[in-house]
Amino acid sequence: MTQLDEIQKRLMREVADLHDIPEGAYNFRANSALAGRNTTANIDIKSKEDKPGIDIIIKEGTKNESVHIPVVLSQSGLKETVYNDFYVGDNSDVLIVAGCGIDNCGTQDSEHDGIHRFFVGKNAKVKYVEKHYGSGDGKGKRILNPVTEVYMDEGSSMEMEMVQIKGVDSTERTTKAELKADAKLVVHERLMTHGEQKALSIYKVDLNGKGSSADIVSRSVARDNSYQKLDMCILGNEECSGHTECDSIIMDNGRILAVPSLEANSVDAMLVHEAAIGKIAGDQLTKLMTLGLTEQEAEEQIINGFLK
Amino acid sequence: MLELKNISFTADNDGEEKEIIKDISLTIDDDKFTVITGPNGGGKSTLAKIIAGIQKPLSGHLFLDGQDITDMSITDRAKAGIGFAFQQPVRFKGLTVLDLLRIASGKTIKVSEACSYLSEVGLCAKDYINREVNSSLSGGELKRIEIATVLARDPKLAVFDEPEAGIDLWSFQNLIRIFENMRKTVSGRSIIVISHQERILNIADEIIVLADGAILKRGPKDVILPEITGTDSAVTSCEMLDKEVRK
Repeated sequence: MTQLDEIQKRLMREVADLHDIPEGAYNFRANSALAGRNTTANIDIKSKEDKPGIDIIIKEGTKNESVHIPVVLSQSGLKETVYNDFYVGDNSDVLIVAGCGIDNCGTQDSEHDGIHRFFVGKNAKVKYVEKHYGSGDGKGKRILNPVTEVYMDEGSSMEMEMVQIKGVDSTERTTKAELKADAKLVVHERLMTHGEQKALSIYKVDLNGKGSSADIVSRSVARDNSYQKLDMCILGNEECSGHTECDSIIMDNGRILAVPSLEANSVDAMLVHEAAIGKIAGDQLTKLMTLGLTEQEAEEQIINGFLK
Repeated sequence: MLELKNISFTADNDGEEKEIIKDISLTIDDDKFTVITGPNGGGKSTLAKIIAGIQKPLSGHLFLDGQDITDMSITDRAKAGIGFAFQQPVRFKGLTVLDLLRIASGKTIKVSEACSYLSEVGLCAKDYINREVNSSLSGGELKRIEIATVLARDPKLAVFDEPEAGIDLWSFQNLIRIFENMRKTVSGRSIIVISHQERILNIADEIIVLADGAILKRGPKDVILPEITGTDSAVTSCEMLDKEVRK
C-alpha cells in the first residue's frame, strides 16, 4: 500500500475495512493502475490480456483463505470498466472482499463499472462482501455501475453482502445468478441514497436445479430528493425455494419504486415476495425520545439499526 | 414529586371537540406506588401521555419537583427523570434488545449489566440480548423488554400504561412479580401504573379512580380497593388461575 496517498488509504478503509496490507491474496487498483498484488499457494491472480481486469483462480479445496480486491478512484474525470472473473474451485471455502471508493473533488464525472463474474464450483462456499462509497465535494458526479454474475454449481453456497451507504451519485447495479441443484444463494443488500442521488438495483435469479434456493433481502433508505428503483425477480424452474424481501424507509422527498416479480415454471417451485415502503413510524421516534434521545438522534438510531 | 394543576385535554371526535380530561389536579408523592384505574375511555392513558409529554394539555400546568415541565418536550422530560412504558410496545427492525437497553441507560453499558435488567423482568438474558426488537417477539416478551428499558433508565418517576394489556396469562403472573419487586424498591422515586387489574391494584399504596375525565375517588389502597372490587375498575384476570396462584 506504499503507493497509495492519504485519500486513497481513507477510501480503502471505507470499502474494505483495510488499515494495513491484508493477509492472503489481494489486488489493489488505484486510479486505473495496479497498486499492489499478492498471490498465495492456493489463490492466483492474473491480469487479463484482452481487456482491463483480473482473473482470480482459487484452487479446489482451498479453505479459510481470503481475497481482497478493492478499487479506489481519487482523480476527477476517470472512467473505467473492469472485468474481474472469479473461478472458485470445488469444495473450497473462501472470503472475497471487493468494493469501490471514489473521491471526486473535481468538476468532471468519475465512473467505475466493475463487471464481476463468479464461477462457483461444486460444494464450494463463498462469502462475498462488496461496499461502495463516495466522497469529495466537487461538482463531478461519482458513478458506479456494478454488474455481478454468479454461476453456481451443484451443492455450492454463496452469501453476498452488498453495501452502498454514502456518497455515490448514480448507480445501476445488476446482479444475475444461475443456480444448479442444491445450490444456495443468500443476498443482503443495504442501500442509502441522499441528495439528488439515483440508484437502480436489479436482481434476476434463475433457480434451475432441484433443491436450489435463494434468499434476497434488501433494506434501503431514500432521503432528501433521491430516487431508488428495486427490481427483484426470481424464476423457479425446478423444485426450489425462493424468497425476496424489499424493506424501505422513505424520508423527506425521497422516492422508491419496488418491482417484485416471481416466475414459477415448475409446479414444485415455492416462491415468496415481501415488499414494504414507509416512513419512520411516529411511535418509534416517540419511544426513543422517552428514552432521552432528541428527534434527530432517534432518527439516526432507527436508520443505523435498520441498515446494520 | 409530581404535581398536576388544572389539567384539561380535548380531542377531535368526528368534528366535535370532546373533553377527555376535565380540570384534573393531583399530587403524586415520592416513594409511592400509585395505580390509576377506572373504566375504559375514562382518560387514564391520555393522562399518562400528558405526564410523559406525548400529549400536550389544552390548559393547566405540570411540575416535577417544583419545576414547571408543561412546555418541555418528551426528550427533556425524559432527561428530567420521567420514564414511560408504552401500552403497545414499539417494534424496531434492526435494533437489538441490547441497543435499546444501551439507549435507555444513556451510556454504553456492559452486556452483563444489560442482562441483569432482562433477568429482572424474567427473561433469559442470553436468549434475548442480541435479538432484534421486531415482530419475531411475542406480545409478552415485548412487554417485558419495554419494562426492562424503563428499569435501565432508572427514572425518578416511572409511568406504566396498562402493562397487562395484550399479554398472555403466563406472562401476567411474571408481570405481577416484577411490580411487586418494584414496590419493594420504590424508595427515592415514584411509580404510576395505569391498570384496572385487581392484582396490580393490590400492590398499590394509593389508588386513583378516573372516570369520564375526572377523579372519582382517591385514597389508600385499603380504603379504595374494597369500594371498587367487582366493578370494571378492578377486574380479576381469571378466577381459576387466581385460585391456583394463591394456593
